[in-house]
Formats: sequence, structure tokens, C-alpha cells
Amino acid sequence: MKNLRSLTSSRWTQWVVGGVLVALFAIIPFLNIEIPGVLPGPTYLPGTLQLLALSLLFASLALSYHLIFGTAGLLSFGHALYFAAGAYGLGILLKYTELGLFAAMGITLAGAVIIAYLLGAVSLRVTGISFAMVTLAFAQAGSVLVRRNPKVTGGEDGLTLNTANVPDFLVGVLNTRNLYWVALLLVVVVFLIVTWFEHSRAGHVVTATRENELRVRVIGIRPFVVKLIAFVIASALAALVGMVYMLLQSGATPRATSADFTLTILVIVVLGGVGSRWGAVVGGIVYTILDQRLTSLASSDFIESLPAVLRIPLSEPLFILGTLFILVVLFLPGGLAGLASRVANPRRSTTADRDALEEVV
Amino acid sequence: MSTVILLLITGLGLGALYFLVASGLSLIYGLMGVLNFAHGSFLTLGAFAGWEVARRLDDGSWTTFLISIAVGALVGAAIAAATEFLLIRPLYLRHIEQVLVTVGLSLATVALFEGIWGVDPIYVTGPDWFGGTTEIFGALVPNDRFVLILAATLVLLALVLFLKFTRYGLIIRAGVENRSMVTALGIDVRRAFTLVFAIGGAAAGLGGVLASHYFGYVSPHIGGSLLIFAFIVTVIGGLGSLAGAAIASVLVAVLQQFANFYLAGTGDLVVVLLLAAVLLIKPSGILGKKA
Repeated sequence: MKNLRSLTSSRWTQWVVGGVLVALFAIIPFLNIEIPGVLPGPTYLPGTLQLLALSLLFASLALSYHLIFGTAGLLSFGHALYFAAGAYGLGILLKYTELGLFAAMGITLAGAVIIAYLLGAVSLRVTGISFAMVTLAFAQAGSVLVRRNPKVTGGEDGLTLNTANVPDFLVGVLNTRNLYWVALLLVVVVFLIVTWFEHSRAGHVVTATRENELRVRVIGIRPFVVKLIAFVIASALAALVGMVYMLLQSGATPRATSADFTLTILVIVVLGGVGSRWGAVVGGIVYTILDQRLTSLASSDFIESLPAVLRIPLSEPLFILGTLFILVVLFLPGGLAGLASRVANPRRSTTADRDALEEVV
Repeated sequence: MSTVILLLITGLGLGALYFLVASGLSLIYGLMGVLNFAHGSFLTLGAFAGWEVARRLDDGSWTTFLISIAVGALVGAAIAAATEFLLIRPLYLRHIEQVLVTVGLSLATVALFEGIWGVDPIYVTGPDWFGGTTEIFGALVPNDRFVLILAATLVLLALVLFLKFTRYGLIIRAGVENRSMVTALGIDVRRAFTLVFAIGGAAAGLGGVLASHYFGYVSPHIGGSLLIFAFIVTVIGGLGSLAGAAIASVLVAVLQQFANFYLAGTGDLVVVLLLAAVLLIKPSGILGKKA
């Protein structure tokens, strides 16, 4: 009984801490916080807010991927497709139609859901590595479509946002603050939806399927349907993130459709800790800021002055991030979340984290 | 008619490239259950190594070309064996983590290649004969296609002979069939793992040098773009099946060429549709063992 009470109280503490964090993040645009080396400038400046908003978007995207990878145990290499569907769908509708922002967003979301339903229904006929390959191939087809139709999508140059029908408070550098709040709201909404799904009946079935698909079948439940539900929800959330990304960055490039982009999301989720919602959020924020800081470090004088052996690797952010990722997989299987729980509870072994990772697929 | 023949032979040439990448992928997956995302990097490194050697020697001669091929294959084999030894082996039997490590390696190496050789394509020159064409039934076929087809055929032949008639070939074939049984018989399968990686890496490195002649350039992304099609080929052919990979390479590449020519450049999409169709009808692929 005592255990139960401490469990519920710790769950309540988590929600309270979460609420306080959200409130803190919400008032950041009014504060003058400088963290040298982490943030490019004081927090009230649009440039810093832009970076923070971007990191929140990546946190949301990682959360949506967590739903497929961590919860449902499906290794998808095509998540970028739905993010790109959101970004490009919204961009194209705003450019070629007279629709208002919210109508365009609604249509894009509906379109993304339909695509996710159809492609998900096909890909989920296979499991494991074959599933990964099929999703990769579909995403590749999407990438080809974007690159081959420059008249509609802008091709390699990317698509810029037409702001004619976007409400004024979301346009312009001075309104970055509003976009930042939209991004913060998005993280909260995505987090709540993911949490709600994980605690729903379908969520339990999906988790059970990840653990042991055969037993779920024996009980008389068809895992296909719940897996498809998880896939569609995650894809719809990714499309939503894509739309806000379009508004925030005022454009999208074909990189958003590429397999590399999906790999980036995968890296973020593993970095944060597979199976942990908080891990996904922290991973998204840490990765984005690290990526941005490493890019600016690459062009710094300090790096320029180093001999070539050190200069070349250090001036490639992806090389450092990739190496970091390998080290995390080799030596820190639970990611940042696993590290945090191990600090809190030193006797916890890494085997549990490794097993959590291996339950996927 | 001449167009059909040209497309067919060009398709075979591209299929040869796919096979050089897919054969290694398929063997590695079949034996160890590792989907190797770094395979594209082995290919890219092989291509760059071949180019570095060729530009230091006499660019246009056949000897240089042969040396660059050998160097590409060696470098590919070396990096693949090192990858297996340092990154894959510590994560023995943890398939997802092995995939993740290769993902990290592919991201890091592509970035490193960009840092060393730059982002822009570097143009390569081969023997003069490559630039010419040969007439076959009225079709003017670029000569480099024949080199590709010949190389892939030789690799296929060598692999089949190796797998059929050597002791290690036997262990690998048995391992693909049932790894725990082989281990139970007291044979150390792990040495075969390194070997399979080295063989796959050599084929990829060789493919890299040939790909640089086929496309006319080397760039850090040359491996990544081929890798995705090699994945598709591997799945269509059936994971773990060498013959399946060979058949599927030709099928995919020829189909791609024809669709690109007759269906307004939709080759890539047609290949994806083919993959979807194969998975719907026979999820294990053409010659795969089981779903």
C-alpha cells in the first residue's frame, strides 16, 4: 500500500514538474537569460527563440517517432515522409490556393492521415527488417517525387512559404515569439496525445504485441489493427510538426524528405533513451542545440587554427554527432534517460536498458 | 530494337552495380541478422581510394584501372573487417543495436568524407576505351557497361565457388541456414562473421571504383544513393539469398531503365511499386527462406 502511494505520488510529482517546466519555457521570451556556449544569445532575441522553437519541434517529432519505435516496437525508416507531407502539403496549399491557414492545415492533416493509412496498411503486412525496408522505400519514393517536380515543390531549391493567407501574428522576425509559443504548445499537445495513447487499451495491446505478438494473437486480438492505429497517429503527429516547421522556417528543403532525416530522428530517440517520453523530448532539444552549436564551432577561429588531422573531423558536426551516437549505443544503451535513472539509482544495471532496446522488432 | 538492346545492356550494367552492393548486404544479413547501413560508406571509401591511386599513377591506362580496382576492393575489405571487429562484435546478437551502430557509422563517415574530399563531385577518367561505344545489333552501347557486367559475373562466380567448395564457404552456408546448430557443433562462427564482412566490403569497394566510372564521378554520397536500391534488391531477392540478390539486381535495374525511358522517368517509383507488390504477394522475397 505504501508502495502504491509513493508510486502515485511520484507520478503526480512528474506531472507537476512537467507543468512547472512548461510554465518556465512559456515565460522564456520575457526573460534575459544568457547561457554562453549553449545558446547563441540572450533568450528574448528572435534568433535564440528560433533555435529554441526548432529544438521544441524536434522534440515533438522525436515523441511522434517514439510512438512507433519505442511503444509499438516498429523500426520505421520512413518517418520523414509524413513530416515532409505536412511541411510540403501546407506550403503547396498556401502557395497555389486561396485557402486560409487553418483550412489548409486541416486538409494537409487529412491528406497525411490517408497516406499513412494506405502505406501503413501495406507496410505492416511484413515485420522486422522487411518493414524497415518497405517504409524506407516509400519514403524514398516521396523524396523522388519532391525532387523531380520542381514546378510544384521547388525541387532542390526547396519551397518557400507564401504568407499571404497566414495570420499576421505568425509572420515576420518580430513574431518569432508567437511561433515559439506555438511550438511549445505543440510539444505539450503531442506529449499528451502520446501519453494518452500509451495508457489507452489500444496502447496496451500495442505494447503487448511488442513484447510477444504470438500471445496477443492467442488471446484473440489482431495486432495488425492496433499497430496501424499507432502508425497513423504517429504519422499524423509528424505531419502536424511538419506544418509548424514550415511556418517557423518559412520554407522546406528536400532534405526533410530524405532517409538521412529519418535517421536523424532515430538518432535523437536513441540518444534520449528508447521507450522514454521524457528522453525523446530531452534528446530532441539537446540534439538540435548541439547541432547548431557544433556548426558555429566548425567555422570558429579555434578550429581553423588546428592541424588538418583535427580540423577536418571537428568541422563536420555530423561526424561528431555520429561518433557520439555510436558511443551512446555501445556504452550507454539507455540514452540520456537511462543515465538519469542510473544516477538516481546506481544499482540499476545496463542490462535492463539493453533489453528494452532489443524488444524493438 | 536498338533502343531496347541499349536499355537492356545499360540495365544489366546498373544491375551489376546493385549486385556488388547487395551480395554483401544479403550475405551479412543472412549469416548475422545485421542490416548494414554502413555498406554504402564501404563503397564510397573504395571509390575514393581507387581515385586517389589512379590520379597518382597514369590516369588513362588499363594497368592503373586494374590497380585502382584492387585497391578499392582491399580498402573496402579492410574497413568492413575493422567495422565488424570493433563495432559489431561487442554487440553480439543484439541486432537492433548493431543496426543503430552502422547507422551512426554511415552518418559519421559520410560527414568525414565530405570534410576530406569536399561535397562536390570529383570527375574521374578511365582508359580511353571506356568512353567509346560498341555496336551490338545496331545499338551503340557504352563500353563501361561491359566491364561492370563482367566484374559482377566474376564476383558472383567467385562467391559461388567459394561458398560451395571451401571449408569457410561451408561454414557460412551452414550458418545462414542455422547458426545455433553450427555453434553447437563446436565451430566458431564469429570468425566467419569477420570474413563475411570482409567479402561484402571487398565487393562494395570494387563496386565503388566501378560505380565512379559508370557515373563518371566520385562524391561522398555515391554510396548512399546506391545503398537504398541495394536494400530494395536485397528484400525483393529474399534476405540472405545470393542467387535471389543476383536475379533481383537485374530485374530491378532493367525495369528501372525501361520505366525511365518509356514511362517518363518514373523508374524509381516503379521499383518501389515492384517492392510493394513483391511484399504483398510473397513477403519473404523471390528466393527468401521464410517471412
